Amino acid sequence: MTVEHQAELAALAKAIRLDTLTMVHRAKASHVGSCFSTAEILAVLYGDVLRVDPKNPRWADRDRFILSKGHAAAIVYAVLAERGFFPRRDLTEYCVDGSSLTGHLSHHVPGVEISTGSLGHGLPIGCGMALAAKRAGRPYRVFVLLSDGELDEGSNWEAILFAPQHRLDNLVAIVDYNKIQAFGMVQEVLDLAPLADKFRAFRWGVREVDGHDVSALSELVHQAPFEAGRPSVLIAHTVKGKGVSFMENQLAWHAKSPNAEQLAQAIRELEEKP
Amino acid sequence: MRTTFIETLCEAAARDERIWLLCGDLGYSVLDRFAERFPKRFVNVGVAEQNLTGVAAGIALSGNIVFTYSIANFPTLRCLEQIRNDVCYHRANVKIVSVGGGYVYGSQGYTHHGLEDLGILRTLPGLTILAPGDPVESRLAVSRILTLEGPCYLRLGKAGEPVVHRSPPAFEIGRAIVLREGRDVTLISTGGMLAHTVDVAQALAGRGISARVVSMHTLKPLDEAAVLSAAAETGAIVTVEEHSIHNGLGSAVAEVLATSPGPKAPLAIWGAPDAYQCTAGTQDYFRAACGNLADLVVRLLSGTVTSDPGKKFPS
Repeated sequence: MTVEHQAELAALAKAIRLDTLTMVHRAKASHVGSCFSTAEILAVLYGDVLRVDPKNPRWADRDRFILSKGHAAAIVYAVLAERGFFPRRDLTEYCVDGSSLTGHLSHHVPGVEISTGSLGHGLPIGCGMALAAKRAGRPYRVFVLLSDGELDEGSNWEAILFAPQHRLDNLVAIVDYNKIQAFGMVQEVLDLAPLADKFRAFRWGVREVDGHDVSALSELVHQAPFEAGRPSVLIAHTVKGKGVSFMENQLAWHAKSPNAEQLAQAIRELEEKP
Repeated sequence: MRTTFIETLCEAAARDERIWLLCGDLGYSVLDRFAERFPKRFVNVGVAEQNLTGVAAGIALSGNIVFTYSIANFPTLRCLEQIRNDVCYHRANVKIVSVGGGYVYGSQGYTHHGLEDLGILRTLPGLTILAPGDPVESRLAVSRILTLEGPCYLRLGKAGEPVVHRSPPAFEIGRAIVLREGRDVTLISTGGMLAHTVDVAQALAGRGISARVVSMHTLKPLDEAAVLSAAAETGAIVTVEEHSIHNGLGSAVAEVLATSPGPKAPLAIWGAPDAYQCTAGTQDYFRAACGNLADLVVRLLSGTVTSDPGKKFPS
């Protein structure tokens, strides 16, 4: 990846973090920490990987992206607005009475494939889309972004069994492995370790990556499928609340919303970064 | 009904390449004919109904018509939230098929009794719900739902149900079918109780009671006009369903009667008691335990009883 492109993707990640901050502050909404751990993943997907057309969101052969951790909706709306699926000014409608920009992701927003919010729904739907594409000989790929906490849901493991059985090598799952779920550390609630080994045992192609390194993310996502005839999973090691010192690795920022003072400090910290 | 279902589906799938069939590891010796003819559009998803329903939504949202198939409560209650969020909210073209509604699997035990599906699914906006009354209606129902955009639930019996309609009736989703005219009472049946309901109407004629029989093959959207005309023209209604007395056909009819400015009519609900059936028993055994339908009609008309929600099975 060129230095310029890397800088563009980093700038996109920064822009969507800033948008998200303002949105959750205005709405007094939760989940800013869960949004921030995904910023580079979304920047790489929407800035470098996904074959989508903001002018034609329903283009038949578009790549499909499903945010299964639907509580990170704010930052997905932000990246869609940055990509031109709808005007950036519409982001002020986030969580406002009567707005289609609901607190959990809504397919009534241009560019959103699937409404999510209840966990464990995205991967089964992604499997269906990938299977339909394969059997119809369509070229598109399906990307599903999962949280670590939602891997507690049994429905995910049904889908994790299903995808290799049907050789869904057009399916890429990305786990936002920030190690913190809603009410505790993943390790203390239901430990997922060894997560890569679990996926390997279920016959997935597996790679691990620093989920905040845009060039490493981009390189690996472009390599998928990691193994011929198998679905791919990229385990992205991330930091909850990444980018703002007082939010990083703090469980509280799953639920808290920044007040005016915290907002100002967070913006300052994000602006200072390259 | 299930044989009729798969035959009709195979005929349609030969004409329409968008039709898929997904099962949850059930349907041995029934679904084979579809799987053999259309292997690229058949998937046994395994014993995993949440994934079954999510996968179906994904395939449907890629431009297809997807039937999910399993028995009793497995394709409905086990994956209720997938039906709610993935299928209904997205208006995905998924047709959920459950075989064994009611007490078809009576002797298998309480886990296999399908008694709450209609009531629970009826609350989901935009979900069309069909429970055809005999194999003739089943065939017509499958044909019709193929032309219906959006989600649908098709509740079937099993195999070997008697044919009630001697010739194919005019069949439209949301339009009840009058099988027999009557003056004193209307028996409204949904699903596999239709044959019994017709028999009871015949027997009541011998007791001097003229009973209209209506097949309410579509529970949602309900044919409200058929309910109101039954109230106005026959003056009393008994609903008949192999389902809990709560929230199913009886409740739907009661909602119409109670909220309509039109004529009121006394109503009795024949169905499964609000109780756990803890014993083995054939379908006929459990139907009998729901009470005698003819007696219920007579008691309603004599003003001595309506339905009795407190009734329990003998322990």
